[in-house]
Amino acid sequence: MPLVYAGICSHAPGITGRAERADPALRDPFCQHLRDMGDEIRAERPDALLVVAAEHFANFFMDNMPAYCMGMADYYDGPIEDPQWLGIEPQRVPGAASLAKRLIGRMMARIDLAYAQEWKFDHGIMVPLHFLTPAYDLPVIPANINCQGPPLTPPARAYEFGRALREACDAVEERIALVGTGGISHWPATPDSGKINESWDREFLSRWAANDRAALTAYSDEETWRDGGQGGFEIRTLIAVAGAAEGATGEIRYYAPIPIFAVGCTVGRMRI
Amino acid sequence: MSLYYVQKLLYQLNRDPHARARFDENFEGLLDDFDLTEEEKAALRAPDIGLLYVMGVNGQILMHYAALRGFEWDRYIQAMRDGLKLHGPVRAGLYLTTDGRGAV
Ligand SMILES: [Fe+2]
Repeated sequence: MPLVYAGICSHAPGITGRAERADPALRDPFCQHLRDMGDEIRAERPDALLVVAAEHFANFFMDNMPAYCMGMADYYDGPIEDPQWLGIEPQRVPGAASLAKRLIGRMMARIDLAYAQEWKFDHGIMVPLHFLTPAYDLPVIPANINCQGPPLTPPARAYEFGRALREACDAVEERIALVGTGGISHWPATPDSGKINESWDREFLSRWAANDRAALTAYSDEETWRDGGQGGFEIRTLIAVAGAAEGATGEIRYYAPIPIFAVGCTVGRMRI
Repeated sequence: MSLYYVQKLLYQLNRDPHARARFDENFEGLLDDFDLTEEEKAALRAPDIGLLYVMGVNGQILMHYAALRGFEWDRYIQAMRDGLKLHGPVRAGLYLTTDGRGAV
């Protein structure tokens, strides 16, 4: 079946872990947009939710760091973080191992990627799931793009990863929903936590909504680091979704900097 | 300088229940499993979150160690700021500070 849904959202741990400290006038509409996104995904009756994430050393370390990895496990446990710290109770999330294996096999005809039959979720996936599938009942296929330990895959390759993902999703029987989750500019886990470059974010999101491949893949790491911080490297996950939706444009449903969440909080959808 | 192994120790501690049990039961033994300098061991032991930050431990790894050692959010951010004052600029890695004036 053709891919049934493609969207993006933020995943910062503060969204659930420090919720009570955020301005309700910003927090409440943002969280509502995340829940609405979950409703829109369910309306497409997906068999699986494929999450392109930028994990943060929950599974992958510099002893063997894949640029791209997809999960093909029967289930996933998370969060690795302290449940109280993150504000999310431990969950076992169903996987879609057979579907994942077929997707990975197809994608390997076009790109190189690693796979994993064991995978723990951190806030990078648990925070989106908390809002999108609060019952944790929709099978998930995780994908990870290394956005933490350089050298990093360039944005053009992330777009290409998305294209390969789309080709594979369209080729299988199952109905697949795709969500990419990453921050735009942010400086998390530094003394600058809460700093957000709103104009850089808005420029990125306009390129994303236009699905302007050349503009999306033009970011150098030097430029991203200077203007978007080390958290800005996570734009790769959002660029991958644009690649999966090549030929379509999108809309930004919500964007607002929420400093205590340490990120410009974003919800967007491609019109595939 | 064995920043790689400081981070590897914390990576395992953050995700692996066996490493966590070892942390609880035999912290010195856990430290000895990795190729660490005395400065690194002391910073992990204290814990000196500010020094670990200045050494260049990736923030996504250090954030969870701070939480494990009982630093709530504001104290964690303050510990990094204090570390900069005491030990100077971040020595390695991506998690440098820019102006040090975030949300909290
Ligand atoms: Fe992240």
